[in-house]
Amino acid sequence: MPKAFTPKVVTANALIEGDVIYLTESGSWSRSHTDARLFTEEGPATAALSAAELQSSEIVGAYLADAEASPKGPKPTHFREAFRATGPSNYPHGKQVENV
Amino acid sequence: MYNYTDFDEAFVRSRVSQFRAQVERRIDGSLTEDEFKPLRLMNGLYLQLHAYMLRVAIPYGTISARQMRQLAYIADTWDKGYGHFTTRQNIQYNWPALKDVPDMLEALADVQMHAIQTSGNTIRNVTSDHFAGAAGDEVADPRPYAELLRQWSTDHPEFQFLPRKFKIAVTGAEADRAVIRSHDIGLQLLEQNGERGFKVIIGGGLGRTPMIGKVVRDFLPEADLLPYCEAIVHVYNTLGRRDNKYKARIKITVHENGIDTMRELIEARFAEIRPEFSGVDQELLAAIKAQFATPALREGDTAAYDSAYATDPVFRAWADTNLAAHRKPDHAIVTISIKAHGKTPGDATSDQMRLMAELAEEYAHGELRISHEQNVILPHVHKGDLPAIHAALSAAGLGTANIGLASDIIACPGMDYCALATARSIPIAQEIATRVDELKIEHEVGELKIKISGCINACGHHHVGHIGILGLDRAGVENYQVTLGGDHTETAAVGTRMGPGFSADEIVPAIERLMLAYLDLRSEKSETFLQTFRRLGDAPFKAALYPESEARNAA
Ligand code: HEM
Ligand code: SF4
Repeated sequence: MPKAFTPKVVTANALIEGDVIYLTESGSWSRSHTDARLFTEEGPATAALSAAELQSSEIVGAYLADAEASPKGPKPTHFREAFRATGPSNYPHGKQVENV
Repeated sequence: MYNYTDFDEAFVRSRVSQFRAQVERRIDGSLTEDEFKPLRLMNGLYLQLHAYMLRVAIPYGTISARQMRQLAYIADTWDKGYGHFTTRQNIQYNWPALKDVPDMLEALADVQMHAIQTSGNTIRNVTSDHFAGAAGDEVADPRPYAELLRQWSTDHPEFQFLPRKFKIAVTGAEADRAVIRSHDIGLQLLEQNGERGFKVIIGGGLGRTPMIGKVVRDFLPEADLLPYCEAIVHVYNTLGRRDNKYKARIKITVHENGIDTMRELIEARFAEIRPEFSGVDQELLAAIKAQFATPALREGDTAAYDSAYATDPVFRAWADTNLAAHRKPDHAIVTISIKAHGKTPGDATSDQMRLMAELAEEYAHGELRISHEQNVILPHVHKGDLPAIHAALSAAGLGTANIGLASDIIACPGMDYCALATARSIPIAQEIATRVDELKIEHEVGELKIKISGCINACGHHHVGHIGILGLDRAGVENYQVTLGGDHTETAAVGTRMGPGFSADEIVPAIERLMLAYLDLRSEKSETFLQTFRRLGDAPFKAALYPESEARNAA
């Protein structure tokens, strides 16, 4: 039996800076996970991923990552995506400083 | 130290301008990522979790004060003011922007450095003993041979698309400080009947199938070095498995074909190509050797050292752990710890890099080394200068007296940076180091190699750690598996996996229990952790790791 679809966001890295980015409702890219569009159905999620992959002059390595809804917007469910959303844990570098 | 020829210089410059054009074409959209990726990897540029990562080669770990200063300048100008020294004697920058990388490479070229072949399925940076040219126990300085291998392997037309990456390490001493038994080719300089040559080991490696290398030639005359290595890589290139990435390393080729078959094939190829090497390589070697002459070491008394050692316990503790015997008795080899308790192993700030460069210039003939254990070395220091050096290092957070001890941990970047990771490594290293510092037990415990990797690729060398820690993902939670009894030296061994892994909260207490158990179990103070483990085997250490199951068994 195929695995049931769990909610996803489309994520990638920005071409120039390498920053982690997320596809938003409006189809643009945001550096903040909470701005991401949460896909609750498989069809639209894979369609959005295919469309994103065509934007190769802006982004690198798009893929679907598990996430869940929260009052502040989508948040990651796996610790890897949590690190990508905030930055490394040994220094206050990356998004955790840039977003404050 | 080796200085580039005009040819080297022109080669590196042309690679930089070639890459600059490639980056421009990627940014303006004329190259797709699929087209660009192999090109950036050929120039040491990866894409990691949060940013790009640039890996810069430090051939055989030798670097000048001027080069170290330039690394600091690059960290300040295009990164976040620090760099990460790795187990392969490279430095990695974790935060460059794609558009800046050509400028970074240009700045490296200004000091004869580059990032060529620091990635990809080629012969990587040739590594060596970080005490080379200074250690009392070496037959000869291994670096001229490493430099010869570097020149031979750089852009070698036959070896740009090997089945997998290929790593060579060279040591000049019996005591193995270059981990030669975990490399694709490990070379050990020897002298037999007045002739110089090498013991040649092939097929070592870590990763998902760790293997200790096997001796393919007990004695190879030094004049045969290049043709013989060329024969080895040729046989590997022909036989190596391209069907399965995980079986593509030479360790698997040796394992599947057997060392005897490999030897026959290598010897046959060697006989075929030997005549092509007309001796130019030996002329080149002689010229290279001349560049590695020992600097003019100064004479002078060591009174300042003797009195600091006698009166200052902090200096004495540092001298006892961080100094190694130089071949000239009034000199010492200084290892600067970039493992301050609680800090990220292997990271140095640009200020620290500049200070180390200054100290090298003032006291150490302008030369530094990067060790595979992620520390920095001043190879030739007069003992009389040690108190001044120690004071300067301490003021900059570089005076930690922990070389070879529990907090001198090798840790790969793990999931804080690495796209392949399954768990974090750095915070575990930070916590262990902080814990042993709080308990003040590491000097009592003595020599102990703790090595941590964030995935089965084993960049952190956990298989050959006395205590190895492997970070895994168990159902979406970080989990840490312990191996014991690994050894990276001339008595190399792959560690034995203990029982189930530990959660991130449990792993540091578990390591603490191992250290305390050792203190109880050792026959005398001079018996090291590894010796105790070898004498007693797993059982008492397993009991310390898993006290609950021990209690259950007893009940
Ligand atoms: C962060 C980016 C890195 C990536 C993507 C990466 C990738 C890999 C991969 C895929 C392997 C497995 C090779 C194999 O078994 O075929 C490996 C092994 C290894 N890497 Fe890394 N690595 C990274 C960083 C490092 C660092 C920071 C070090 C040094 C601290 C390092 C040193 C090594 C070593 C020594 C091995 C295992 C030895 C061997 O069998 O060759 N790598 N790495
Ligand atoms: S061991 Fe794994 S996690 Fe660590 S640096 Fe290597 S590839 Fe990355």
